[in-house]
Amino acid sequence: MSLFSLPAVKGLIAQILGTIAGMALTTVIRALMGLPAWKAEPAWVVGALLGGVAFLFAVGAFDDWLQWMVGKETPLRHGPPPDRPAWTRYFSVDYNHKVIGIQYTVWGLFLLMAGGTFALAFRTELLRSGMQFLGLELFNNFIGLHGIVMIGGILLGVGGMANYLVPLMLGAEDMAFPRLNALGFWFNVPGALLILSSLLVGGWDAGWTGYPPLSARGPIGYQLFFLGVYFIGLSSIVGAVNLLVTILHMRPKGMSLFRMPIFVWGVFATSLIQLTATQLIGLSFLMVLVERTLGMGFFDPGLAGPGKALLEGGGDPILFQHLFWFYSHPAVYIFILPGLAVIGELLPVFARKPLFGYKWVALSSLAIALVGFLVWAHHMFVSGMNPGLRVPFMFATLLVAVPTGVKFFSWVGTIWGGKLHFPTPMLFVLGAISVFLIGGLTGPILGTVPTNMPLHDSYFVVGHFHATMFGGFVFPFFAALYFWYPKVTGRMYNETLGKIHFWLMTPAFWAQTLGQMTVGVMGMRRRIADYDPALGNGMIQAGHVVITIAGFAIAFGVLLMIYNFIRSAEVGKVAGSNPWRSRSPEWQIPSPVPEHSFAAPVTVVGEPYDYGLAGSTYVRMAAAGDD
Amino acid sequence: MSSVAVSIHESYREKLRNNRLGLWLFFVSEAFMFGGLLAARFYLWREDGVVVRPALDQQLGLIVTSVLLLSSYFMNRAETAIAHDDRENFLSGLLITAFLGLVFLAGVVIFEWGGHIKPWDGVFGAVLFGMTGMHALHVLSGVIFILIIWWNGRKGHFSADRHWGVEACAIYWHYVDLVWIFFYPALYLIGRVVH
Repeated sequence: MSLFSLPAVKGLIAQILGTIAGMALTTVIRALMGLPAWKAEPAWVVGALLGGVAFLFAVGAFDDWLQWMVGKETPLRHGPPPDRPAWTRYFSVDYNHKVIGIQYTVWGLFLLMAGGTFALAFRTELLRSGMQFLGLELFNNFIGLHGIVMIGGILLGVGGMANYLVPLMLGAEDMAFPRLNALGFWFNVPGALLILSSLLVGGWDAGWTGYPPLSARGPIGYQLFFLGVYFIGLSSIVGAVNLLVTILHMRPKGMSLFRMPIFVWGVFATSLIQLTATQLIGLSFLMVLVERTLGMGFFDPGLAGPGKALLEGGGDPILFQHLFWFYSHPAVYIFILPGLAVIGELLPVFARKPLFGYKWVALSSLAIALVGFLVWAHHMFVSGMNPGLRVPFMFATLLVAVPTGVKFFSWVGTIWGGKLHFPTPMLFVLGAISVFLIGGLTGPILGTVPTNMPLHDSYFVVGHFHATMFGGFVFPFFAALYFWYPKVTGRMYNETLGKIHFWLMTPAFWAQTLGQMTVGVMGMRRRIADYDPALGNGMIQAGHVVITIAGFAIAFGVLLMIYNFIRSAEVGKVAGSNPWRSRSPEWQIPSPVPEHSFAAPVTVVGEPYDYGLAGSTYVRMAAAGDD
Repeated sequence: MSSVAVSIHESYREKLRNNRLGLWLFFVSEAFMFGGLLAARFYLWREDGVVVRPALDQQLGLIVTSVLLLSSYFMNRAETAIAHDDRENFLSGLLITAFLGLVFLAGVVIFEWGGHIKPWDGVFGAVLFGMTGMHALHVLSGVIFILIIWWNGRKGHFSADRHWGVEACAIYWHYVDLVWIFFYPALYLIGRVVH
C-alpha cells in the first residue's frame, strides 16, 4: 500500500495544491480587473480558504453528499476499509463514532502537546529578565500560538470524549448523523494546519484574542490564524448539532433525560454553547479578515479608505471585544462542563455510592451554560466600554459561583462516607477538584470590579485561568483517558506509571498556578517578554524559575502518560469488560467495543448511580436475537 | 407490507425526525451569526447616541424585498405540490423560486453594491456590505440548493411520502427570507438618514 493512497495524505497534498490554485486564481482575477496582479494578502486569504476546502474534498469528507446531489443513495459504510489495512481507517473518513472519537482524541493530544511546547519555549525565555534566545516578535507569536493551539486541543479533547462516549452511554447505535460527525472531525485538520503554518508568513503578534487595531494591521499570519479558527469553529457547530440531536432523539427505551449518565448532561450543556456562541468568534474574526482584505472599517478607527472624506471614518475596537468575548467567555464553559461531568461520572464508581444530588448536578450544567452567556463583558472592565455595564456584568459573573458551588457540594457529598478506591483515574479526579477549587476561589476576586482593576492583565489572571483549565479540563481529561483506556484498547494501562504521572503533575501544577498568581501580585504583566528583576523585592525571578520547572515537570508527566498508553496497548494485562465495576452501559459490553457496539437493544430499568444498593439495575440488554 | 418494508419505513421516519431537529438547530446557530451582524449595525451606525443610516435607494430596497417575499410563496407552492405528488407545479414552483432568488441577488449585487457606498467607506460601507454580503451568500447557496433539488426532481426523485430534500430546501429558503425581514428595516428604514 502506498503512502499516497492514504486519504489524510491525499488531503494534505490537496491542501497545498488548493492553496497554490487559490493564489493563482486571485492573481488572475486581479489582473483581469486591472489591478496590480500580485498582492500577497488577498492571494493568501483565497489560497488558504481553497486549500482547506480542497483538503476536505480530497480526504473524502463530502463523498456521500456529492453522490446524494446527483440523486444516488449511499448506504452507510461500516467497518474498516476493504482494500487497505485496518489501521488506515484512523487516517480516513470513517463513520463509526468510536473511530471518530479516537481521531479527535489523538489529534487533540497532539495539539495539546504542540501548544504546551510553545509555552515551554517562552517560559524558558522568562527564566531570566532580559531577552535570551527568543526575539520579541517570536515571543509574542508563541504566546498567541500557545493560547489558540491549546484551545483547539481542548476542543478536540472534548469532541473526542463526547463522540466516543455519548452514544455508548446512551445505549445508542451511533451518532444521529455519522457523515456530519466525520466532517466535523476533519475540519480540524486543515484548520490546525492553517494556524500552525501562520508562523511561515510572518505570524501574528496580538495574542490569541487577536484584538484590533493591532490584528487589523499586523502581518499576513493573522489571516491564516482567522481562517484556521473558522474551520475549527465549523467543527464545533456541526459537532454540537450532532450531539444535541443524538442526546434528544437517540435514547433507548427507559432512558429518560434524568436517567442519562451525568457526562451526557455535561456534553448537552456544552453543545448548547458550541452551537450558538461559536458563530460570534467566527463572525468577529471574519470581520477583521474582510477589514484587512477589503478595507471594511468595522473595528480600526484609524482605517483610511478612499471614501473617508465623504463618510465617517473607521469602526470601533470595543465592538470586536463584545463580539469576541460573547463566544470566548462561554468557550471556557465549553471546555470545563464535560470535564466537570467526568468528575461526577467517576466519583460514584470509585466511592461505590450514588452521585449526590443527581438532578441538581444535571441542571447546574445547564445553569452554568445559560448564565455564561451573560458575563462576557467582565473581560472588558478596563477596556473603555460604557462603565454602566460593569456592575451588571459583575453580578452576573458572581452568579456563576452558585451552580459551580452545587457541583462542589455534590462531589463532597459523593465522597462523604464512600468506600473510596484510589487507582489513577480517581487520583486525577481528586486532583481536578483540588485544582478547580484554586481556580474557583480566585474567580470572584477577578470578577469583582474593584479587585479586577489592579489585577487586570497581570499574571494573577494567568494563574486563575490555568487553574480553571487544568481543574476543569486537563485533570478530568486525563482521568477520563486512564478510566476509559481499558474500554478502548481492551487492556489495562500501567498503574505505577499512571501514579507517577499523577504525583509529578499535581504538585507541579499547584506550584505553577500559585507561582503565577504570586508573580502577578508582584507586578508581573501577562504576555510580556521581559520584566524588571527588581519586582517583588527581587523575588520575581525565583517565581519564574518555579513556574518554569513546574511546567517541564508537567510536560514530562504527559510524555510518561503517552508512553504508558502506547506500551500498554501491547503488553498491558487484558482488562475484561468491566474492570471498574461501573453501571454505565458502555461497561456492559466487551472491551474493546465491537464494531456495532450493542449486540441487542438496551433498555433502561433503573437509576444510573445506585452504587451499593442491593438488587438495583440500571440497564438491561435483551439477549441477542430476542427482540 | 412485509416486515422489512415496515422497518425501512420506520428508519426513514426516524431519520426524518433527526434531520428536522438538526436543521432547526443549525438555524438557531445561524441566528446568532445574523444577530451578531445586527448588533454590529446598531452599535456602529450611531451618531451622538442616535441611530442613523445611510441614504439607500428606497425603491430598490422595496423591490428586492418584495421579490424575495414573493419567492417564498412559490417555494411553499412547490413543497405543497410534491406533498400531493403534483410534479408539474413542484418543478415550476422551484424554477420560479430560483429565478426570483436570482433577481434578488442581481438587485443587491449589481444595483445596491453599484451605488454610492463602497465597502471601504467607513462603518457605513463595512456594515452595509457585511450584512448584504453574508445574506447574499446564503441566498446564493439557497438558489444552488433549489437547482439541485429541481435537477433531481426532474429525474423523478422525491414523492409525496419521501421528500426530505425538498422540505429542507424550502425551510432553508424561508429562513433566508426571514433573515432579510430583519435586515431590510435595519438597513433601509430605522434611524435618521445621514450621508
